[in-house]
Amino acid sequence: MLYRLADAIPTIWLVLTLVFIAMRILPGDPAIAALGDGALPEQLAEFREKMGLNVPIWQQYFNFLIGTLTLDFGKSYMNGAPVLDLIARNLPYTIQLTVAAMILGTVIGIPFGVLAAVKRGKLPDSGMRIFSLVGYAVPDFYLGALFLIGFALNLRWFPINGAGSGFFDILHHLFLPALTLALVKAAFIGRLTRTSVLEVLGKDYVRTARAKGARENRVIYRHALRNALLPLATGMGLSLLATLSGSVAVELVFNRPGIGRLLIQSITERDYGVIQGGVVVFALMVVFVNLMMDLLYVVIDPRIRVK
Amino acid sequence: MTIAPSLSRQQPAASVHPGPLLKVEDLSIEFGPKGTAVRVVEGVSFTIDTGAAVGIVGESGSGKSMTSLAVMGLIPSPPGRIATGRILFEGVDLLGLPRSRMPEIRGRDIAMIFQEPMSSLNPVMTIGDQIGEAIKLHQKMGREERRQRVVELLKLVGIPDPERRLGAYPHQFSGGMRQRVMIAMAVACNPKLLIADEPTTALDVTIQAQVLELMHKIRRTLNTTILLISHDLGVIADICERVIVMYAGKVVEDADVKTIFRSPKHPYTRGLLQSIPRLKDENTRLYQIPGMVPLPGTIKQGCPFFPRCPDRIDKCARETPPLLEITPQQKAACWVSAGATS
Ligand SMILES: Nc1ncnc2c1ncn2[C@@H]1O[C@H](COP(=O)(O)OP(=O)(O)OP(=O)(O)O)[C@@H](O)[C@H]1O
Ligand code: SF4
Ligand SMILES: [Mg+2]
Repeated sequence: MLYRLADAIPTIWLVLTLVFIAMRILPGDPAIAALGDGALPEQLAEFREKMGLNVPIWQQYFNFLIGTLTLDFGKSYMNGAPVLDLIARNLPYTIQLTVAAMILGTVIGIPFGVLAAVKRGKLPDSGMRIFSLVGYAVPDFYLGALFLIGFALNLRWFPINGAGSGFFDILHHLFLPALTLALVKAAFIGRLTRTSVLEVLGKDYVRTARAKGARENRVIYRHALRNALLPLATGMGLSLLATLSGSVAVELVFNRPGIGRLLIQSITERDYGVIQGGVVVFALMVVFVNLMMDLLYVVIDPRIRVK
Repeated sequence: MTIAPSLSRQQPAASVHPGPLLKVEDLSIEFGPKGTAVRVVEGVSFTIDTGAAVGIVGESGSGKSMTSLAVMGLIPSPPGRIATGRILFEGVDLLGLPRSRMPEIRGRDIAMIFQEPMSSLNPVMTIGDQIGEAIKLHQKMGREERRQRVVELLKLVGIPDPERRLGAYPHQFSGGMRQRVMIAMAVACNPKLLIADEPTTALDVTIQAQVLELMHKIRRTLNTTILLISHDLGVIADICERVIVMYAGKVVEDADVKTIFRSPKHPYTRGLLQSIPRLKDENTRLYQIPGMVPLPGTIKQGCPFFPRCPDRIDKCARETPPLLEITPQQKAACWVSAGATS
């Protein structure tokens, strides 16, 4: 496992470097963005000095890497708050959203996929096909906007913005954004489950289970599903990553705090430190998700456990 | 600790049913959409008496597995379907039973061992759980008692160190050991009929002999009625006293093993007998029946063996020979052996 962690280091470094380069290539001067068009040259110089923007580019890069290692991303150009604080304040909301969407998507997607596989060619299967087509075709921000207008603005069942406080209030705020992401995810997971279960249902050990006298439900949930989860686990990992990126759009639509919105905001403001910090956190989450997937494999598949 | 009941006391004495344990009548199996369906088994009839060991022999594709799967109610459907026939088990037509009744019978009354030991066990379940499940599905038993019984079964099929192997997964076993596990699972509830579909085909020669020895032992200790499927008459002669020869989805001969070896009536059976490997003359090339098994659906009329038959006469091309009784111990579906001359 430690080895896998070490494996991820070059990936993270690459991401960091790409972000750094992208930030410098993008047009726009962070000092002007922060202080406004009317700022005096001395003010701009002072700002650059304070934020470490006046040293040669390779040194900025070096400082950035060192800063990342020590989890010090400097201060926000806009409001002077430490980047780490900004991230720490926003991260929990993104995690809430992603986890809720993941759970909801799995809880909807897997049973739906199993049903479609078992009732192959019948109504649930067609339903699944339509659902997954829609799920693929409709972008999540659009779906989010629909939900927002329908259930929050018109019906007033849900709040229109923010993240809420207190357990139930949080859930109340979380529901629509999470559902938005979850439906797209459920379409994906459902389709994947269907394919995977169909394949497994044709296996010899499924026939063995039937030959023992297991009834269909047992055959499906005890024998087929667990084997079908193996290929599904990879798909779930990918889908979790897709949710992370989808959370950016959804946070904007629902005006929720979170890393995604923080990133978008700081990109428009050329807030280098925050962008870099945000991207590093995203990259770390991706690496973390991949590690969790590897762990999940070990739990599901005894053949890996032994080696 | 509870003492597991001994294997032979597992079930009350078999219910007294007059007549054969299994009677298959005019069984036909089709694959594909109705209208263009292809018959892979056609008009198969045979009986198996309680306590007997009967073999089905035939080349690949002759419909042996489909016939046995039909008895289990496990024909993959779609695309497969039973088109005609009755399968009477202890006098009850299994095909007439509601679907929900079959699981009660599978594993408890009729159990099956498959051709593919490598893929027939669930890779993510321990073998202890898999055998235990076979018991749990049909018998009320405490956890510990069940565990004891699984250990006993593993011992019966000759798996060394059974206590420790309970928690092992299929991939930790060799092919031969997996087939032993399959056998343990199949006999877990002491079934009345055990169907073994080519239990040794996928195994090495030495392992084959061991598994056949195990089949003998099962028969001796549990008194199970056995239907053994193989493409090797030698294997069948080793275990069974009667043999059914199948060709292109039909029964072409049905007789005592002794009778068949002494005086086979169907030319196909004679071909099979000549192709049994003999240990003595290893370097002489094995005899092979010339030609190939016709694909299902390609023979429209006449004897299915006609294209390959050395004894054929004109009549064979026009009319399909029925399975006729030649002596009380022997039936064959061949015009020539029935006495026709033109
Ligand atoms: N799913 C299927 N669709 C169409 N035809 C099938 C299907 N499964 C089997 N068959 C056909 O049914 C015929 C009988 O197959 P079966 O498996 O019973 O043969 P077998 O005698 O057991 O042969 P083997 O020695 O290879 O196991 C074969 O010709 C095969 O092509
Ligand atoms: S009926 Fe004719 S073709 Fe068929 S096996 Fe007998 S002799 Fe051969
Ligand atoms: Mg077969």
